[in-house]
Amino acid sequence: MAEEWPLFEVFLRGRRGLNHVHVGSLRAADARMALTHARDLYTRRNEGVSIWVVRSADVTASSPDERDPFFEPSGDKVYRHPTFYDIPDDVPHI
Amino acid sequence: MVDGRRHGDDEEFAEGRARFEETIAADRRVEPRDWMPEAYRATLVRQIAQHAHSEIIGMQPEGEWITRAPSLRRKAILWAKVQDEAGHGLYLYGAAETLGADRAELTRALLEGRQKYSSIFNYPTLTFADVGVIGWLVDGAAICNQVPLCRTSYGPYARAMVRVCKEESFHQRQGFELLWTMVRGTEAQRAMVQDAVDRWWWPTLMMFGPPDAASPNSARSMAWRVKRHSNDELRQRFVDMTVPQAERLGVTLPDERLRWNPERGHYDFGAPDFAELARVIAGDGPCNAERVRRRAAAHEEGAWVRAAARAHAARRGE
Repeated sequence: MAEEWPLFEVFLRGRRGLNHVHVGSLRAADARMALTHARDLYTRRNEGVSIWVVRSADVTASSPDERDPFFEPSGDKVYRHPTFYDIPDDVPHI
Repeated sequence: MVDGRRHGDDEEFAEGRARFEETIAADRRVEPRDWMPEAYRATLVRQIAQHAHSEIIGMQPEGEWITRAPSLRRKAILWAKVQDEAGHGLYLYGAAETLGADRAELTRALLEGRQKYSSIFNYPTLTFADVGVIGWLVDGAAICNQVPLCRTSYGPYARAMVRVCKEESFHQRQGFELLWTMVRGTEAQRAMVQDAVDRWWWPTLMMFGPPDAASPNSARSMAWRVKRHSNDELRQRFVDMTVPQAERLGVTLPDERLRWNPERGHYDFGAPDFAELARVIAGDGPCNAERVRRRAAAHEEGAWVRAAARAHAARRGE
């Protein structure tokens, strides 16, 4: 058995209507303890109404490189943006 | 070596370094899985761990007064404050872990004296006025040091510091309010506040570290934008902020050289005893041994709890 408790990543929903956002990490013996620790550590001043905890080892991440070819598919598709289209100035509500 | 693999590694290294330097120059943040120079990583681990240890050891001097707080209100406030210090330590250990530091190893390094914590926590808290002065002066100095760290170049450290700084403001205000209450009390209470100020003023100024000329690592930390202001700049900023607050409290700061310098637009002040700072950092302060012993005892006494929680998790198949 490992000496150390596993690492968990903590995500908080600040209030209804917002996404859960990553706020940091903590160590806990299991997911249930991670939740109570996350409450004590990250919501001492009502910073959250909902918490997710995920074992750090279970997170699959892309390469940290922003210029990675992984993101290339969207690089040359300017037509995905509304500003790509020329429309006469006098057309209302568009 | 003509081996293509090795050649590729070198190229990757050069590319990583160029990107790192570009990120720093553009004042953007370095994130955990980015390439970074080993010295940058080591500097950050050392600084963040030292900062985390300071928060954890810093629970002790004030924690001693929780059971002796003069009212339920003061007890609840002090309890919340000490709990925040624990929280700050944990945010920071979390940030250190993103650099590949091992949490258990950091704790061992503290207990074995291989990593340091702030010299200020090696001074004793003799009266309840010390609780107020720690909040006002020590946390005030910590805020001066920490606000610029909210923009430090390493992302997880900067984000942890944003949370820490939000909470420190409560710490400083509760300290000032405590003192403000005492100075409006009896003569004995005012004397107690002055005595606490006399004892804490110089150690607080030492918190900013050695003078710039004797701070060899500062230049590199500034170049990496880990650090954004020099020790002496921050010390000056703190003195300028604090003098008017002391006047309002009606306490005297124990420095005969302290006076407003209209030409500089700053207060002139005396130099702290940096030889004392070096001694306390080296382990020879009034409470060094006691602080580490207490931390070691808490760690050992908690061992069965950690083991039981692991066993429980293992049995439930987690």
